[in-house]
Parts: sequence; C-alpha cells; structure tokens
Amino acid sequence: MSKYLTGLLGWVDERFPLTANVKAHLTEYYAPKNFNFWYFFGSLALLVLVLQIVTGIFLTMNYKPDAELAFASVEYIMRDVSWGWLIRYMHSTGASMFFVVVYLHMFRGLIYGSYRNPRELIWLFGVAIFLCLMGEAFFGYLLPWGQMSYWGAQVIINLFTSIPFIGPDISLWLRGDYMVSDATLNRFFAFHVIALPLVLLGLVAAHLVALHEVGSNNPDGVEIKKHKDPVTHVPLDGIPFHPYYTVKDIVGVSVFLIVFSAILFFAPEMGGYFLEANNFIPADPLKTPSHIAPVWYFTPYYSILRAVPPILNSQFPGVAAMGLSVVIFALLPWLDRSPVKSIRYRGPIYKTWLALFVVSFLILGYLGTEPSNVWGVFDTGTPVVGGADRATVVARIFTAVYFLFFILMPWYTKIDKTKPVPERVTA
Amino acid sequence: MKGAAVKKLLVVAGLLAWPFFALANESAHLDRAPIDPNNQASLQRGAKTFVNYCLNCHSASYMRYNRLTDLGLSEAQIKANLLFAGEKVGDTMAVVMPKKDAKAWFGTAPPDLSVEARARGADWLYSYLRGFYRDDTRPTGWNNTVYDKVAMPHALWQLQGQQVLKAEEKLDAHGAKSEAHTLVLDKPGSLSPSEYDAVVADLVNYMVYMSEPAKNQRLQLGVIVLFFLGLLFVVAYYLKKEFWKDIH
Repeated sequence: MSKYLTGLLGWVDERFPLTANVKAHLTEYYAPKNFNFWYFFGSLALLVLVLQIVTGIFLTMNYKPDAELAFASVEYIMRDVSWGWLIRYMHSTGASMFFVVVYLHMFRGLIYGSYRNPRELIWLFGVAIFLCLMGEAFFGYLLPWGQMSYWGAQVIINLFTSIPFIGPDISLWLRGDYMVSDATLNRFFAFHVIALPLVLLGLVAAHLVALHEVGSNNPDGVEIKKHKDPVTHVPLDGIPFHPYYTVKDIVGVSVFLIVFSAILFFAPEMGGYFLEANNFIPADPLKTPSHIAPVWYFTPYYSILRAVPPILNSQFPGVAAMGLSVVIFALLPWLDRSPVKSIRYRGPIYKTWLALFVVSFLILGYLGTEPSNVWGVFDTGTPVVGGADRATVVARIFTAVYFLFFILMPWYTKIDKTKPVPERVTA
Repeated sequence: MKGAAVKKLLVVAGLLAWPFFALANESAHLDRAPIDPNNQASLQRGAKTFVNYCLNCHSASYMRYNRLTDLGLSEAQIKANLLFAGEKVGDTMAVVMPKKDAKAWFGTAPPDLSVEARARGADWLYSYLRGFYRDDTRPTGWNNTVYDKVAMPHALWQLQGQQVLKAEEKLDAHGAKSEAHTLVLDKPGSLSPSEYDAVVADLVNYMVYMSEPAKNQRLQLGVIVLFFLGLLFVVAYYLKKEFWKDIH
C-alpha cells in the first residue's frame, strides 16, 4: 500500500510541487521555539475565517437577499432549517470572535514589535486584512434586515456624505438608492458573500507568504536566522512548524472552541453585544430607533467619530479622524524608532504609552456602545467644560491619547531607555 | 513550567471571554417576569392564551402550529384546541385581519409577535401586559405605563378588569415634591389580580419560548459539546507535552 502511495506522491510531485510546499510551509518551516500564548491568535484567526466561510455557504443556501423576505428567511433558518439555528449562531458568534481574535493578534504585533524590519509588508497586509474584515462585517450586518442592521447602515453610509464635494454622490453610489433599500441589501449581499471574501483570502495568502519568506518574530524580538547550524543551516532556536506548532495549536484551538461554544450555546446574544435586541425588529424605514450604536467591535472608532466636533458645520473632520484611527496602524513600522523590538527590552516610557493606548481603546469602545449623555453633563459652573456631556469630554481626551500614541511614537521610542537584547531567544 | 502553561491557558480563556464582562444594564422600571421555560403546563396555558387573545390581531408568522409539539402537545390536540379557522397543522400562525384595515383601525399595523420576546425582553412584556389603564384622552380609551400612548387597546381587560392611574404627591426627605403614579384596580375583571398575573406570566413564558423554539435543544447540546471539547483539550494537552518533551 505504502509503495503505491509513494508512487502516487512521486507522480504528483513531478507535476505539482506538493512535497516541496509541505516542506517549505510546514515540516521545514522553522519557527522560534519560544512562542508564548499570544502566538495562538494567528492560527485561531485562520480557523475563524474557515468557520465563517463554511457556515456562510450554508446560510446562503437559505437566506433571501430581498427586503421583503430577508428578515423572515433568517427566522426560517432559525426554526425550519435542520440545524439552521446552530449554523446561524456559529456565524454570528464567529463574526464577533473574529474581531476578538484579530484584536489580540494585532496587540501581539504591538508588544513584540512584529511590524518592524523585515516584517513591514506582513504588517501592511495585516492592516489590509483588518480593513477588509471591517468591510465584511459591516456589509454582513445589514443582511438580517433588522432595525439595527438598517439604521446602522444608514448612519455609516451617510458619513460619506460629509466628504467635501464628492460625498453625496459617493453615498448615493454606495446605497444605490436615496435611502437604504432593497437595492442596498442586494449589493451588500454581493459584497459580503463574494467580493470581500475573495479579497480577504488573497490578502491572507499574501500575509502568510510574506511571513514564511522572512520567518516569524518571537517574544524576544531577536532574529533566529542569525544563528544557524553550520551543517544543516537550520536556525538553532527554530523548530519545525509541523509537528511542534501544529500540536500546540490544537491545544489553543480546543481552549478557543470551549469559549466559543460557551457563548454560542449559552449566551448567543452575549447580553445584546453580539446580537442586538433591536435587530429582532424588522427594518422599518419610517421608525428611527432612539439609540443607534454599532456592534461592539466598531465602537472605539465610532467614539472617535463622535468625539471630534464639527468644523465649519461639517462632520467631515470626525469622519476623517475615524478613518485615520484605523489606517494609522499601517504607519507603525516607520513610526517606531526604538533600537529594540520586544516589550521585554523596552523602557518605561513606551510601556506607559502602550498602557494608555490600551486604556483609551477600551474606554472609547465602551463609550461607543452608549449614548453620549450616558454620564450626564458637567455643571454649568464648571470652568471650560461646563454644560458639556461628561462622556463626550472623556471621549475627546482618550481620542487625543489614542492619536498621540502614534504621533509621538518616533520621539518617545527614541529617548526611551532600553535593556540589552540577548543574542539568542530566552526560554 | 507545567503550572505556568496552565496559567497561560487560563489567561487565554479569560481574554477570549472578555466581552462577557461588558454586559448591558438596562435600567427601566420593569417587574421581573416569574417564568419557567421548563414548566410545560405553563407553556401550554400560555399558548392557549396567545392563540385566543393575541392571534386575533397579531400574527406570529414564523411560528408553525405543529412546532407546539415541543410543548408536549400532540398534533391531534393542537388541531382540536388551537386551530379554529381551518388552518393546517403545519401552517404558520398567520392573522386574517388585513394590514390595511389594521392600520385604519389602530393607526398602525400590530407587529408580528414571533420574536417580540427577543426584541423586548420577558420583563418588558410582563410589565407591559399588566400596565394598561383607562385614559379617555386616547382614541382606544387605554394607555400603558410601560409604553406611553400605545396604539393597542387592552386585549385582556375582561380578565384583568380596568385599572386607573392614581397620581399622588409625595414629599421626600428634603421636602421636595414629587409625583408618584400607581395603578389602581377600578373595576375588577373575571380574575383576581394574582390570577391575572399568573395568566400573563404563562403568556410571557410562551412568547419567550416562541421567540426561539430551538433554545432548549441549544442548551442541551451545549453541555454535550463542552464535555467533548473538555476531553479534546485534555488529549491535545498531553499530545503537545509528549511532542515537546525534547524541546528546551
């Protein structure tokens, strides 16, 4: 039997580089041996991507992209399709967990300097994946055609209206109508099920090809390729991705699936954060909900949008700030001037800024889920901020901190006191 | 090292679960609905009230009659007790009243109630159905403490009777005046207040079930899935340890 299989493999290898690719990307791809738990999230993101595609295919078999039928078809999936409720909850939980995993994956990049030379392109592909994912989530969120779907899309598309000169035409072009309607639903469906997934898969492939070209960073931020075995040319601190990291990732996957299933089976609405109560009311163009908030993974940026005051009666500065707050990640490889990569050898100034950034992100994220008067207003007698919404003032402060983390980075990373970096990875 | 690895896994689990800690807190003055999704008798009574009272104006067009077999009813029982207008047992709970007429009579078409419990919450429904009071300024003669100026008249008034809203001036500890509103039963209905509350609780129990009929199956399956994944984790953990024992 094995003789025939080897023969078959040889036949394939003469026509397609199968063994060569398995070696290059798995059995002879050497990854640093000191990966810690932050390094689970890349493979987990890939897992969720596959999960979303597979569950998405099954949802598409029963979903109707039609303003008259969309809401009912989702309920049909929840009730009459065999295991439809499970597929739908996997997809809705997967959407939120995708962002949880990707945010943690990005944070790993921040703390260990994974965006630094020679991994700038990996990082740029990653930022593109993140942007694409946001688009994918936004388009997908319209499809259940509930009140939040509808009004969320309405609000976001209207943001484009504020772009000077071309704004109104752009939003009309996106919507395909003067208001969010059947035409919008149809094109969002097309974007969600084919256009963006194609781009996403291409970018993920590019992200991985670039990663396997330069090799993975590690918690010490040292290059394992600097010290190779003189005979085999294998990095001394490297171990084959397969089987070492494949078996390790299975452990990560099982823990992740436990958390994922706990949400899916016992709290699929996640207290209204993964599935919002208002989205169980069918879209009604004539009834605006009293409080429109995006899904939790967009709320930090939404807070930034609300925090920037209109200038010359134009909302554009807020919209621009929101866009910039996402795109600015792409500049990190060139903003960071520290001689070291990993947080392990960075000084206190960088650590403080990073902590401030994380706090800003979380507070902005929280405030984005609430109406801007959630904390009431300052007394009119208070100097400077008298009469203003407390939450808005706080959001403004943390929006400033969010951007200063990036803008001041060239300066504070240069003056920070760093520790000596070891030659080889530490245990 | 072993302890550290386990600790790390716990941290991962904690990080993945962080949205759990960001749960919403709505702070409206709603009474807690005393419902028990495992009480089949209550669900059956609720289904009966729903079909008899709600379904005349509201539809539940995503809910099929024969799904009620979930509640321990046979198809023959469903046909005999809940189908009145020649529907088939596999039909959804539609409403005969045309939308146009409904709009003319009530000002707005009564919403479909299939997933109303997921949109509003059980406590809201429980408080709302007990919050109707007479208000002659309203076209229907009814108003509601939970949903001000609601278009819907009190469909269960024969059971509950008629409530009125009594305003009382109150002085708080600082001597400031405030108005407190309390619902007072003006004309009793065919049920006592506690009997009426029980009927509403059954109805809400049913509406919560109807909003997600697969919920019971979901919870049961969840336990099995988590048990399996727990086993998978143990196997994966020791497999990893075995493979990694020569990596230092």
